[in-house]
Amino acid sequence: MPACVDQEMLLGGLVDGELDAANTAIVEAHVARCEGCREELDRLQAVRNLIRSDGVRHAAPDALARKIAAMPELTPKAANENRVLRWLGPGAVGALAASLAMVSFVTPATTAAVDQELVSSHVRSLQPGHLTDVQTTNQHIVKPWFNGRIDFAPPVPELAAQGFPLVGGRLDSIDGKTVPAIVYKRRLHTVNLFVWPTKEGGDRAFVKEGFAVREWSSNGLRFAAVSDIPPSELAQFQALFQQSTR
Amino acid sequence: MPGADQTYEFRRLILPHLDGAYNLARYLMRDPHLSEDVVQDAVLRAFRSFGQYRGGSPRAWLFTIVRNCCRTAQAGRAGKVSLVITESALSDEAAAELSHKADPGPTPEEEVFRKADVDRVRSAIEAIPEPFRETVVLRDLEDLSYAEIAEVAGVPIGTVMSRLSRARAMLAKELLPAAEADGEQSRSVK
Repeated sequence: MPACVDQEMLLGGLVDGELDAANTAIVEAHVARCEGCREELDRLQAVRNLIRSDGVRHAAPDALARKIAAMPELTPKAANENRVLRWLGPGAVGALAASLAMVSFVTPATTAAVDQELVSSHVRSLQPGHLTDVQTTNQHIVKPWFNGRIDFAPPVPELAAQGFPLVGGRLDSIDGKTVPAIVYKRRLHTVNLFVWPTKEGGDRAFVKEGFAVREWSSNGLRFAAVSDIPPSELAQFQALFQQSTR
Repeated sequence: MPGADQTYEFRRLILPHLDGAYNLARYLMRDPHLSEDVVQDAVLRAFRSFGQYRGGSPRAWLFTIVRNCCRTAQAGRAGKVSLVITESALSDEAAAELSHKADPGPTPEEEVFRKADVDRVRSAIEAIPEPFRETVVLRDLEDLSYAEIAEVAGVPIGTVMSRLSRARAMLAKELLPAAEADGEQSRSVK
């Protein structure tokens, strides 16, 4: 038995929860006494569930997400640096970024710009599907995963017993460089730990846009932890991390 | 060019919708590489016109730009055949696939079933014509409200409702068991 032609759009509205109370009542009353519309409603639900099955929606490839996050236009940097990049033209930017990553650290961006990037990368990592490229609670999987992707070996201690379980790692982009981000959890919160090689620098701790950030150096590597947990807990994280990597 | 504060706002408000932007582009362009190009282009355009963003749904705002970039790209493509697959693009995909395998996912058998199902639904969506395709993608995959879809597509809400209804009827015909399709066929004549 076919559905009533005048009801079709309303049935869709009902399924989508887009009708106001009055129309909802009218359509529901109609469906209750019309077999054809009842069948149509079932079909609508069925097809809607199929379309919404897991995996039908495409997720942005990680490489694209990284490319966009690292676009020089979207990265607040010293003005003169931006001008150089623009002058070189978009084609050269990718090559330049790549060579910067290889030669590394010739032109450190201002500290403020890096601070901003740390927080932005943290925020971006929290969107669905972007937190980890390799997802595991096992440090012996995370560490080798970074091999061949970056040219240094960050320490990846397991801190679950101390309340910071390891959840995985990914590659991120800070200051035009590809850097590993090691991801820990604290209850329902996320701690992103970015690591890159650098000359020694002092400890820093600050709060930016509501996120706690702590930086420290050890063995020629710079560590920057970013999270929305209270700064005191992030300090605890730093202490635990340093203890277990000493 | 927006300043540092705006850059931060843009990254905070707009970049989280990258998956949605890519999904929309992917279903409109029906090509993974073109979709990536379009999304990059759209994000840059969005950034340059971020000053014109006046609150409201950041997703709908970004999707409007993505949609327009897709239309432009398709208009430019009509009549031309150009398909360049770069090696680096291929290895990106291969790398993405490899890293996905690290997930402790379903068993291989489940995976095959699920993948077949997903492919079937994806192809069915790709097969329906515009503007029905974009409407159903925005509604059922991106969960936009009717009002947001109307904003993105630049049409009244009534048009959104009728397009959605048509789109779902086409998909039901393709995806649901044929036994029930009789009523469907007699109605779609009207």
